[in-house]
Amino acid sequence: MSLHTLTISELRAKLQHGEVSARQLTQALLDRIQTVDGKLKAYLWLNPDDALRQADATDLTKPLGGIPIAIKDVLNVTGQPCTCASKILQGHTSVYDATAIRKLREAGAILLGRTNMDEFAMGSSTENSSWGVTRNPWDLERIPGGSSGGSAAAVAGHEAIAALGSDTGGSIRQPAALTSCVGLKPTYGLVSRYGLVAFASSLDQIGPFTKTVEDAALLLGVIAGHDSLDSTSVPAPVPDYLEKLRAGVKGLRIGLPKEYFIAGTDREVEAAVRAAIRQLESLGAEVVEISLPHTDYAVAVYYLIATAEASANLARFDGVRYGARVRGADVLETYSKTRGAGFGPEVKRRIILGTYALSAGYYDAYYLRAQKVRTLIRRDFEQAFQKCDVIVTPTSPTPAFKIGEKANDPLQMYLSDIFTISVNLAGNCGLSLPCGFTSQPKLPIGLQLIGKAFDEPTLLRVAHAYEQSTSWHKERPAL
Amino acid sequence: MPAPPIDCLVMPEDHNRIDIEHVAHLARLELTDVEKIKFAAQLKDMLTYVAKLGEVDVTGVEPTAHAVPLTNVLRPDESRPSVDPVLILKNAPETARGLIIMPKIVE
Repeated sequence: MSLHTLTISELRAKLQHGEVSARQLTQALLDRIQTVDGKLKAYLWLNPDDALRQADATDLTKPLGGIPIAIKDVLNVTGQPCTCASKILQGHTSVYDATAIRKLREAGAILLGRTNMDEFAMGSSTENSSWGVTRNPWDLERIPGGSSGGSAAAVAGHEAIAALGSDTGGSIRQPAALTSCVGLKPTYGLVSRYGLVAFASSLDQIGPFTKTVEDAALLLGVIAGHDSLDSTSVPAPVPDYLEKLRAGVKGLRIGLPKEYFIAGTDREVEAAVRAAIRQLESLGAEVVEISLPHTDYAVAVYYLIATAEASANLARFDGVRYGARVRGADVLETYSKTRGAGFGPEVKRRIILGTYALSAGYYDAYYLRAQKVRTLIRRDFEQAFQKCDVIVTPTSPTPAFKIGEKANDPLQMYLSDIFTISVNLAGNCGLSLPCGFTSQPKLPIGLQLIGKAFDEPTLLRVAHAYEQSTSWHKERPAL
Repeated sequence: MPAPPIDCLVMPEDHNRIDIEHVAHLARLELTDVEKIKFAAQLKDMLTYVAKLGEVDVTGVEPTAHAVPLTNVLRPDESRPSVDPVLILKNAPETARGLIIMPKIVE
């Protein structure tokens, strides 16, 4: 029996029945990492002794008792490094737990290690990491998606039972699609952002990577909920996400936005998504055409708002309180030399764009206008959800591309997020799950489901119905 | 043909005059000469791309700053336990006597 290939729900049963101990399970994952991470490079940091100590101390009756979970290098875990894959935070050790991490600990999870990412979560390929490229488990010459590429590769490569990532414009859903796992971006305000290093505060959400929809529901139930330490955390009770998981899709309306089925989407991706829609129809869902008319403006809105927020958030990395410092002649020079040496090219590029968009004379034309168009994008979703319960689209217009293929063309890289970013702008929930593979080479294809704000129960229910009627999630990469 | 609504103006078209050094200064970000040339060109490309927002009629549309229906979230101003300053100082690049050292700001 290969423990590392099992799901949270399968392992919980084995742990609780005493068929396997938490230490055995953690050791099985450590062995797996030892075997394959030399190829995948999903992890940035690992402490086997600490992981085994956590396993020995866990309470197996808790919801995640004994389950090893990998953490994106952007979430603070007390005593572990947190670098956001940036040189500017090299050597930084977290002095507190993010709220999502505290909740994982309280639920008995084993915090296994830190996963690679694009620097400060800026990217769609994990190539922007200062510590090297993570490989796609399905084809080692391809990117795993990004920015949470390490978390995706760790779960898809069975180096973790589940993982946490963060999603600002698709950074959970896109890598989940490109590696064939389940990735969930919760509704903005559902999961506390306290202890998540901020990229774009009005868009960032923490969410799970899992092997099944049921596991995503389980993990979401643990990390969701109001937190007084995050002023954007919404004070509402957390529903039981497992309760209606098996209710099926009969009578539900599935919306197809005509603007998302466009030229430029890979032919096999479109065919797989259309087949998934037929599958949902055969399970009893009603398919309705909807329109999200401002879709074409989403990438422009996103890259103004996200970079503007990033330019302000990243001002704190100035060589004063933490991280690297490059001394200059005076304090101003110390700031700019530290930042010039510490940030990588993509982070610099976005700080420049964001600073420009917020600067005197350009604020109204760029930032304010983008915020107004953001309102129109939100209204598109509000109107669409009067006609349907869940929206279905491709997650990414293409399967995983080759390492280096888009590295020198930022705009092309940004356009690979075209189907995911509107969801962050509108604040809805979104999920990607496996819906097929391309033929030559065999690469995963993801189906994106978009739900109403705080309607994760319906989102997960549709995803579960589709997943259980197909076998895509059972396929494994040959590593 | 009616006049275009006031809030439907086109985007600024003076991208050719991007002062990359000024922007870098505002961001407190030292750039090499190579980076200045590269980022100025890429900034221009991005601005050309986002200029499409000028097509959208946003007359009377309120801006969205964030997507949650919450405003003025307050909590009682009470002292509570915090992180041990010793741990915080361990992450600082230069310290002395329990303080963070900085280059001199005033002469």
